[in-house]
Amino acid sequence: MFYRPMFRFVPDGTKIRFMNGRFAGLIVSAVLSTASIILFFYPGLNMGLDFKGGVVLQVQTPTPPDFAALRAALAKAGLQNAALQSFGKGGKGVLISLESRDSAAATQTAIEHAQTALDNAAPGAKLLSTQAIGASVSRQLFTQGLAALGLSFLMILAYIWFRFEWQFAAGAVTTLILDTTKTIGFMVVTRIPFDLVTIAAILTIIGYSTNDKVVVYDRVRENMRKFKSMPLRDLIDRSINETLNRTLGTSGTVFLAALPLALFGGAALSGFAWIMLFGIIVGTSSSIFIAAPILLFLGERRLRRSAAQPKAKEK
Amino acid sequence: MLYFSRAKIFGILLLCGLGVLLSLPNLWSRPAFWPGILPWTQVHLGLDLRGGSYLLLQIDTDAIKKQDLNTLLDQTRQTLRAAKLGYTDLHVDLPNHQVLLHPLSDQGDAAMKALQKLISYAPGANSPSVAVSQTTAGAIAITIPRATLAARDSQAITQAITIIQRRIDGTGVLNASIARQGRNEIVVQLPGISDPGRVKKLIGTTAHMTFQMVDSNATPGAPPPPGDELLPMANNPEKKLPVFSNVAVDGSSLEGAQASTDPQTGQWVVNFTLNSVGAREFADVTSNNVGKLFAIVLDGKIIEAPVIQTPITGGSGQISGHFTAQSATDLALLLRAGALPAPLSIVEEQSVGPELGADAIRAGTLSLIAGFIFVLGFMAFFYGLFGWFANIALVMNLVLMLAILSAMGATLTLPGMAGILLTLGMAVDANILINERVREEVRNGRKPLAALEAGYKRAYATIIDSNVTTLLAHITLFIFGSPPVRGFAVTICAGIITTMFTATVLVRLITSRWYVARRPASLPV
Repeated sequence: MFYRPMFRFVPDGTKIRFMNGRFAGLIVSAVLSTASIILFFYPGLNMGLDFKGGVVLQVQTPTPPDFAALRAALAKAGLQNAALQSFGKGGKGVLISLESRDSAAATQTAIEHAQTALDNAAPGAKLLSTQAIGASVSRQLFTQGLAALGLSFLMILAYIWFRFEWQFAAGAVTTLILDTTKTIGFMVVTRIPFDLVTIAAILTIIGYSTNDKVVVYDRVRENMRKFKSMPLRDLIDRSINETLNRTLGTSGTVFLAALPLALFGGAALSGFAWIMLFGIIVGTSSSIFIAAPILLFLGERRLRRSAAQPKAKEK
Repeated sequence: MLYFSRAKIFGILLLCGLGVLLSLPNLWSRPAFWPGILPWTQVHLGLDLRGGSYLLLQIDTDAIKKQDLNTLLDQTRQTLRAAKLGYTDLHVDLPNHQVLLHPLSDQGDAAMKALQKLISYAPGANSPSVAVSQTTAGAIAITIPRATLAARDSQAITQAITIIQRRIDGTGVLNASIARQGRNEIVVQLPGISDPGRVKKLIGTTAHMTFQMVDSNATPGAPPPPGDELLPMANNPEKKLPVFSNVAVDGSSLEGAQASTDPQTGQWVVNFTLNSVGAREFADVTSNNVGKLFAIVLDGKIIEAPVIQTPITGGSGQISGHFTAQSATDLALLLRAGALPAPLSIVEEQSVGPELGADAIRAGTLSLIAGFIFVLGFMAFFYGLFGWFANIALVMNLVLMLAILSAMGATLTLPGMAGILLTLGMAVDANILINERVREEVRNGRKPLAALEAGYKRAYATIIDSNVTTLLAHITLFIFGSPPVRGFAVTICAGIITTMFTATVLVRLITSRWYVARRPASLPV
C-alpha cells in the first residue's frame, strides 16, 4: 500500500472481445434511450423550483403538524392549491409549495398570507427557509440553462472534430447524446428535480464521458499508427483492453467520491450525486459499447482497409 | 523527465507556497493586527452554508421610460408655446420611445427649428438627449435614442443601489452586499438575516413624497376636473380626495426626517426638515393657502391632509398619520434615504434560517470528507508509492483551488463544494493515465528511467485532450449560463487549471526527486 500497488482491476494481457458485443450494446442503448425519450414526454421531468417558478417554504413545527388544519388555514388565506409535504426527522418538518404567480407583487403577497396562515394554524412554527422565484425569472433561467448546455455540447463536438478524424467526432457526439437522454430518463424515473444544480451535474457527466471517449480514441489512433496491418475491429478491441485499467480506475475514483454524497449528503446534494453515479456507469460503458462500435461501423472502410487486405500491400 | 532547472523548481515551489498563503486566511477571521494594505481574502460562504437572505430585484425600466417621455411631452408643449407655434395630436408613443405631434401645415419648418432647442448633451454622454425628425406622414417625432435610454437605465440602477444601501444601513443590518446584475437587476444579500420581511418592505417602497394642495372646489364623488387627480387615503383606500396634479413641494427637497412622539398627544409622528429651496417653496405655499387642506402624498397615496393653520416658514414640519413606532421609524428612514428612481420588484427570494443549516451542513461536509478520503485510499491501494505522490498533489490541488477562489472572492455553496470534490476525483485521472502508461512501458521491457520518460511523454497528449474538452465546455457554460451556474463553471475551470499543474508538473517533480535520490532498479508499478 505504501510502496507497491495492492490491487488491479484486470490482469495484464487481458483480451476481452468487446466488439463481439457491439450489436447487443447498441440495441440495449437504443431501447433505453427510446424509453427515456418517451418518459421525457410522458410523465415528463420533475421541474425544480428554478425552472417552474413559485414559492417553497420550509417549516419546522414543535409537534408533528396537523396537515388537515394547515391545509384548511392555507385555503382560508386564499392558497387553495398549496402542496404540503413532510420532511426531516420525526415528521416535524413541512414543505409548503405554492404555484408560480403572474407578478412579483402577487408572489410576495402569497408568501405573507402563507406566513400568517402558518402562525394561526401551527403556533410556534419556525420558518427554516423561504425560496421564491418569479415566472419570468424561471423562464429565463430555463432557456439560459438549456442554451448553455447545448452550446457546451457544440463546443465539445468542435474540439473533437478539430483534433480527430470526423468518424471519431461523430461517434463521440452520438454517444454523448445517447448518454444524456438516458440521464434524463433516469431523472424522470427517480423524480430528481430538474434545476440549475442538475444541469451542472449533466454537464459534469458529459465532460466525464467525453474524457473517457477521448482516452480510448487516443489509444485507437496511436495503435492505428503502430499496427498498420491490424484489422480495425481487432485494433479497437486491443485499444479498449489496454486502457481498461485506466478506464475502471478513473470511474472508480469518481464513483467513490460521489458515493457518500449520494447516500448521506442530504437533500441538497444527493440528487446531484445520484446523477453523477448513474452518469459514470453510463459514460464508462458507452465508451466501450457505443462509441467504439460506431467508430468501427463508420471507419471500417475509410480509416482502414478491411481484414482481407493482403499484407504485402502495406509497408 | 529528471532535469528541472533551479529556476523551474523555485517557480513550482513558489507557486505552491503562494497557494498556501492565499488559502490560509480561510481558516481564521482577519486578525486585528493585520495591516490594512495586505490582502486578506476569503471564500464567501453561500447562503445555504451560513444562513441569510438573497433577494433579486428588478427595476421597472418601463416606468423610467414613461416618466422621461412625459417630461419630454411637457417640455415640447412649453417650447412650442414659447415659440407661439400651433400643433395638433401631441402624444407619447411608448414602444418607439418618442413624442409625436402634427405641426400646423405652414409651420412645419419653424416647429422643427424651435424643437432643436430640446437637444442637449448630458456631461460625459455620447448620445444626444433627444433626436428631432420629420416623419413621412408630416408629423414631427422627438425620439429618445436607445443609447440614451440605456445610459438612463444604468444611471437609475446605480442610483437605486445607493438608496437601497442607505435604507438597509438604516436598519442596522450588517455586511449587506448590494450589487448590479445584468441589464436591470440588483442582487441584495443579507447574511444572517433569515426573515427579510422588514427589508423587503423597505426595498419595495419607492418612497416618492410630494406635497399637493387639495382642490376644495371639486365636487366630491364627481370625476375630477382637468388638472386634478383623485388619490386614495393610505389608511382607507375607499376614501379618495381630489388634489391638484401640480406638485407644490417635491420630496426631493427633504433634508432630514426623524421619528418621535408628539409630546401633546403621545402619538408617533415623523418630523421633517427641508433644504433652503424647499423651505422657501413651502413657506410660499403655506402662506398663500391658510385655512385650506394640504395633502402629504407618498407613492400616490395620501398619508395625511391637514388644514394649514399658520404659514410654515421655518422649513420644518410634522407628519402624523396613525403611525406605530415601527412604521414611523421606517417612514423616517425612507424619507432620509431618498426616493427610488423607479419601482423595484422582488423577482427571486431565498432565505435560509440558521436551524436548517446545521444538519444539512454536517451531512454535506461529512460526506464530502468521506469522498475525499475514499479517493486518497483508492490511489494508495491501486498505485502504491506513485499513488501517494498523486495524493500529495491532490491535497496541493485543493489548496490551490481554494487560493484561486479566495483571490477571486468567489462564493462557495454546498453544490459548489460537491463540484470541487468531483473535480478532485477526476484530477487523479491524469496520474492514473501516467501510471498505467509507465507500467505498460515497463512491461514492454524499458528500463525504469526510460519507462518514466516515455510514460509521461505519451500520457501528456491524452491529458491535454481530455482536460481541454472539459475546459471548453465549462467556459461556454460560463459565458452563456445564468449567474448561479457561472459560479459552478468558475469552480470547475479553476479546478482544471490547478489539476493540469499539480497532477503533471508537481507529481513529475516529486517523482524525479525520488528517482534521483533512490535510483531504484525497478519501479513500483
